[in-house]
Amino acid sequence: MYAFDIERPTRLTDAVKLLSDATDSQPLGGGQTLIPALKARLAAPERLVCLSAVDEIKGICTADDGALCIGGGTCHADVAAGAGAYPALASLAANIGDPAVRNRGTIGGSLANNDPSSCYPAAVLGSGATVVTTNRKIAADDFFEGMFTTSLEEGEIITEVRFPVPEKANYQKFEQPASRFALVGVFVAKYADGVRVAVTGASEDGVFRWSEAEAALSSDFSAGAVEGLSLSGDGMISDMHGSGDYRAHLVGVLTRRAVAAAG
Amino acid sequence: MPKDGGIGASTKRREDVRFLTGTGNYTDDINLRGQAYVHFLRSDMAHGRLNTVDTSAAEGMPGVIRIFTGADFEGIGGLPCGWQVTDRHGEVMQEPGHPVLAQGKVRHVGDPIAAVVAETREQARDAAEAIELDIEELSAVVDMKAALKDGAPKVHDDLTSNLCYDWGFVEENKPAVDEAFKSAAHVTTLELVNNRLVANPMEPRVAVGDFNRSTGDHTLYTTSQNPHVIRLLMGAFVLGIPEHKLRVVAPDVGGGFGSKIFHYAEEAFCTFAAKALNRPVKWTCSRSEAFMTDAHGRDHVTKVELALDADNNFTALRTDTHANMGAYLSTFAPSVPTWLHGTLMAGNYKTPLIYVNVKAVFTNTVPVDAYRGAGRPEATYQLERVIDKAARELGVDPIALRRQNFITEFPYATPVAVEYDTGDYHATMDKLEEIADFKGFDARRKESEAKGRLRGLGINCYIEACGIAPSNLVGQLGARAGLYESATVRVNATGGLVVMTGSHSHGQGHETSFAQVVAEMIGIDADQVEIVHGDTANTPMGMGTYGSRSIAVGGSAMVRATEKIINKAKKIAAHLMEASEADIELKDGQFSVAGTDKSVAWGDVTLAAYVPHNYPLEDIEPGLEETAFYDPSNFTYPSGAYACEVEVDPDTGKVTIERFAAADDFGNIINPMIVSGQVHGGIGQGIGQALLEACVYDENGQLQSGSYMDYAMPRADDVPFYQVDHSCQTPCTHNPLGVKGCGEAGAIGSPPSVVNAVIDALQSGGKNVTHIDMPLSPSRVWQAMQG
Amino acid sequence: MPEVKMTVNGKPASGQIEGRTLLVDFLRENLGLTGTHVGCDTSQCGACVVHVEGRAVKACTMFAAEAEGMEVKTIEAMAEPDGTLHPIQAAFQDHHGLQCGFCTPGMVMSAAALLKDNPTPTEAEVRDYLEGNLCRCTGYHNIVKAILAASGQDVSKIAAE
Repeated sequence: MYAFDIERPTRLTDAVKLLSDATDSQPLGGGQTLIPALKARLAAPERLVCLSAVDEIKGICTADDGALCIGGGTCHADVAAGAGAYPALASLAANIGDPAVRNRGTIGGSLANNDPSSCYPAAVLGSGATVVTTNRKIAADDFFEGMFTTSLEEGEIITEVRFPVPEKANYQKFEQPASRFALVGVFVAKYADGVRVAVTGASEDGVFRWSEAEAALSSDFSAGAVEGLSLSGDGMISDMHGSGDYRAHLVGVLTRRAVAAAG
Repeated sequence: MPKDGGIGASTKRREDVRFLTGTGNYTDDINLRGQAYVHFLRSDMAHGRLNTVDTSAAEGMPGVIRIFTGADFEGIGGLPCGWQVTDRHGEVMQEPGHPVLAQGKVRHVGDPIAAVVAETREQARDAAEAIELDIEELSAVVDMKAALKDGAPKVHDDLTSNLCYDWGFVEENKPAVDEAFKSAAHVTTLELVNNRLVANPMEPRVAVGDFNRSTGDHTLYTTSQNPHVIRLLMGAFVLGIPEHKLRVVAPDVGGGFGSKIFHYAEEAFCTFAAKALNRPVKWTCSRSEAFMTDAHGRDHVTKVELALDADNNFTALRTDTHANMGAYLSTFAPSVPTWLHGTLMAGNYKTPLIYVNVKAVFTNTVPVDAYRGAGRPEATYQLERVIDKAARELGVDPIALRRQNFITEFPYATPVAVEYDTGDYHATMDKLEEIADFKGFDARRKESEAKGRLRGLGINCYIEACGIAPSNLVGQLGARAGLYESATVRVNATGGLVVMTGSHSHGQGHETSFAQVVAEMIGIDADQVEIVHGDTANTPMGMGTYGSRSIAVGGSAMVRATEKIINKAKKIAAHLMEASEADIELKDGQFSVAGTDKSVAWGDVTLAAYVPHNYPLEDIEPGLEETAFYDPSNFTYPSGAYACEVEVDPDTGKVTIERFAAADDFGNIINPMIVSGQVHGGIGQGIGQALLEACVYDENGQLQSGSYMDYAMPRADDVPFYQVDHSCQTPCTHNPLGVKGCGEAGAIGSPPSVVNAVIDALQSGGKNVTHIDMPLSPSRVWQAMQG
Repeated sequence: MPEVKMTVNGKPASGQIEGRTLLVDFLRENLGLTGTHVGCDTSQCGACVVHVEGRAVKACTMFAAEAEGMEVKTIEAMAEPDGTLHPIQAAFQDHHGLQCGFCTPGMVMSAAALLKDNPTPTEAEVRDYLEGNLCRCTGYHNIVKAILAASGQDVSKIAAE
C-alpha cells in the first residue's frame, strides 16, 4: 500500500467535511474491496475517511410507506439478520462473500463501488430502491452507470438505501468458482405495479434490467412466462470462467429459477 | 505397545498443540535484530530485452539501503538444475542459465529484475516503483506446439530452439509398439490436457538471510521441504559458500506439495545480501507474487493411444506428450515428465508394449516442476481416461475391462523399466466396490434424475512409485543427487532420545509417527522420543521430504540407526548382566537374558553408556549415538482404486461431488489417522484439479489466474466427506517397515474418477460427450453439452 | 505516527502505527502475536481471522486504526491460561483437523464464531460457513468433522479417522 493518513470520524457531518476539504480523500466503508485494491496499489489516496465509527448510518428500520430502510454503513451480516421484512434481500446479504467479509463489508460501500459482479446492485435495481446520500435521493435506475461507475459525486456518502418491499422476490446467484462473486446473479421482484428483473455479473455495462423478462413476468409471473426468452451473448463479460454466451444462457436459467423460488 | 501408541496406533499428533495455540514457529514469524526487507521488482512482461535498469532515482528514496540488479550477480552462479535428461538420440537436454536476477532478458511475468533492500517492506516497494526500466518487448511463446515451430521466438537466445529434450521411452520398443498398433483389433485414442496448476500451500514462501561477521557463518531461514538440498545447491552452485559455513533452517513449514522442494532465487538473494549489507535480510512472498514465482505443476498436452486385441486384452500403449518447462529449468523439472511419468505408464496393467514420447518445451511462463504426484498423476490420468473411453467404445464394463488386464503376479517387471514388488489390485477393487456401495448407485441415480440432475459414477485405479531411489539407478537416469535418507539417534543418559532426521515435516506429522516407530522398537513411551528435523546444523545430511518418501526412506534410515542403538545397548546389557550378547532380548524397554529371570532396564543401560564405570571399554566406546544412511533398493509401489459419484446440473453445467471413495494399499501403516488425513488432502487437491483449478496464461504470456479471485481453490463446500480405506495391505518387500508411502496417492488417484464420472453422467443424459479437459468448470461442461 | 489503543486478548495494547498498518500487522509485528497468519492478499484465505468485538473478521482486511478502542481476540487466547485447549482446539487435535497448521488459527477462530451463532450446525452449514477459510492439506474432511464434534454432535458415523 502507498502511505496515507486515516481519519475515523464518529459523526456524519465530520466525515463529509473531511471528504470535502483540500486533501485527496477517499471514503472507507467496510474495506472488503478497497483494502485489497490498496494492497495491489491500485489506488493512492492521501487520506482515507473511515466510516465504520459513524453509527448514525447504521441500522435497519421500516419507513412510514413500508419501505425497508438500511443504513449505508450497515454490514452484510446485520442485513442478513435484520432484514426479515424483506427475505429475498436478507438471503442475498447472507450469501455475499464469507462470514468474516459480511461482518465488515457494508451496503453503502458495495453500492458505491458497483463491482459488476457484486450482489447488492441487483437487489437495489431489482427493487427499484432509492439510494439516499448526504446530498440527495437517487432512484436506482439513475444510480448505476456501468462497471465501477455510479452517479455518486466526489465526497458523497450513501447514508441509506430504501427498499420498497415486494409481494414476492428471489435472488439467484451462480458463483464464479474462484472469487465466489456472482458469475451471474438475477434478482426478481414482483410488485403490485409490475415485475422488475435485475441482472448482475453478466454485462460489460454492469448491473442491468432485463426488460423483456419484466414485461413477460408482469403479465404472467411464472417460470414458463420466460421460458422462450433469451439474451444475446454480445456485450456480456467473457473470461476464463465463462463466455458471453454462457452468461447470457445463465441469465435465462436463473431468472426462471428465481421466479419459481419466489413462488 | 507403548502406552501412547506404537506402530499401527492412531496416536494424536504432538505437533498439533503448538499449531492450535498459535505458537508455531513459521519462517515469517522469525524476525532478526537489525533486519532489513527486500522487495523484488518483477517483470510485468512475458518476454523482453532488458536494455537498462536505472536505479538512480530509487536509491534516494526513504529507507533504501541498497538496490541490486543482475549486474551484481555477474560471475556468480545461476540457479542449478538437479536432473539432466538424455534424449532419444543420446543427446543431453538443452540447459539454459537461470540468473538470480535477470540478465539481458526477462523471460516470464514475475522474472525478478531488481531487488530493493530497505528499512521497511513498504519503503522497499515504494522505491522499486521508482526504478526506471527500458525493456524492449519481444513476442512471447506460450503455446508449446507453437514454441516448437520454425521461426518461433526463442526463450533463450543461446539455445538452438525451445526444445529442452525429445525423450523416448523405451526407445528400443518403438518399432514393436507401432507394429502392435497395426495389428490391433481396436485402438482407442484420446487427446487431453493435464491442466497447469499452482501448488498453493497456505503459507507463502519466506526467506531470511543472516550473516555472522565474526565467524563468517551464513544462515538462511527458509520455507523448504529439504533444507540440506538447498544448502548444497545454493552453497556449492550459486554462492560458493562451503557447507560448513552455511546453515539452512526450515522451521515449521506451512505445506509444500512440491513447490517448496526447489531452490529459488529469493533464497540465494537473501543469503547473498545479508553478507553484502551485514544485516539480516527478509523476504515475505505475497500470494499474488507466489502465483508468478512458485514453480507451477503439471501442464502436459498428450495424445494417448491404447491398442486392444479381439478379447479386449491391452496389447500396446503409445503416448505423445508435450511438457511445459516454463522459462527456466526449475530444480527437478526435467525428471517429472520423464522418469516420474514414463516409468508409470504401465499402471496396474500387464500391457506388454509401451512407448512414451515426451517433448519438453521452454515457454515464457513460470518454471514448471513437481507438484503433489509429479508425473504420476499425469500418467494415471492418461491411462485411466483412455481405458474408460475404450470401455465405452467397446460397450464393456469399465471395471471388468480393468480387472481383465490387471497385473496379478509379483514381482512384476513392466515394459517401462520398473519392477513392482507387491500389490493386489483385485483386492483394492473389491474393497472399493464395497465401500463405495456400487450396488446402491442405480437408486441414487434415479433420485438425482427426479431432481432434474444427471448422476454419474467414475472409477479408476492407480499405481505410483514412491520413495524415489536407489541412488545408483537415479544417477544413471540423470539425477545429480543421491536419494538416500539419514537419521541420527542420540540417546541421553536417562533414557530419552532424540532422532535427528533428514526428512522434513511440513504437515505430515513426523514428530508423532516417527516417534511411534522408535518407541515401539525399544519398548518405551513415545514421549521419551523427540524428533528433530529441518535444521542442517543439527541433522545429518538428508534429502528431505517429497515423493511420499519420508516413512519409506527416512523412516527406514531411522530404523537402521535405532537397530544400531539396540545392538550396542545389548552389548552393554550383556556386560551388566554378565551374559552372552547373543542371549540378550529387548522387550518393553527391558533387556533380559533368555531363559533366565535376569534383566536390566533400558534406562540402566543408557546410564551405563554415559557413566561407564562398569562398562566394556575395551570392546565398545561409551555413549549411545548412531547414524544411518539408508539407500533403498527399489521404489515402493502403493496402489489403489478410487470411485467418484457426481451430479451434473444440465442447465448450468455445474458438477457437484456427491460421494468419493478410495481403497488404497500402502503396505504397512504406522499411524492410520495420519494416513487417512494424507489421503483426504490428496483427494481434495485432485478434485481441485479435476473441477476447479486452472493456471491460465493469455497468448501474450500474461497470467490470467494470478490470485484467488481467478484461481479456484477447493473450499469446504466443494467436497464431501470421503470414504477412505487402507485395509488392503501388501507390505513392501524391501524396506524394514514394509511401508510404501501415502502422501501423493489421493492427488494421483482422484482426477480420472471425477472426469470419468462426469462423462458417465452426461452420457446417461443422452449427451454424446466423450471427453472434457480439466478443470470441468460449469462453463466447460455446459459448452460440451451444447455439442 | 499516530497511536492506536485497543484491548487484545483481554489486555490493553497500544502502539505507533501508520494509516496503512493492517490489524494483522499490528498483531504480528507490534504485539508479537504471530499465531494470526497471512496467506493471501485478496481477503480469501482466512488464515488471519480474529474476533473483533466478538465477530469474526479478516485481520488482513481491516486497518489497525479501525480497531481503536475495540476488543480483539486472537488464537493465542483460545486455550485456558493453564494450557487446557478450548473444546474446538481439542476437537481439531482429536480428529486430525490440521496438518501443516498454517490455516488452523483462522479455522479455529471461524469455527468459534460459527458455534457461537449456531451451536449445532449441520454438515452443510459448517461447510458453507468455512467459505472464507482455505485449507490445502486436509481436504476439509477432518476440519468439518472436528467442528461437528466440537458442537457436541456424534461424528462416529462419519468415515473413520
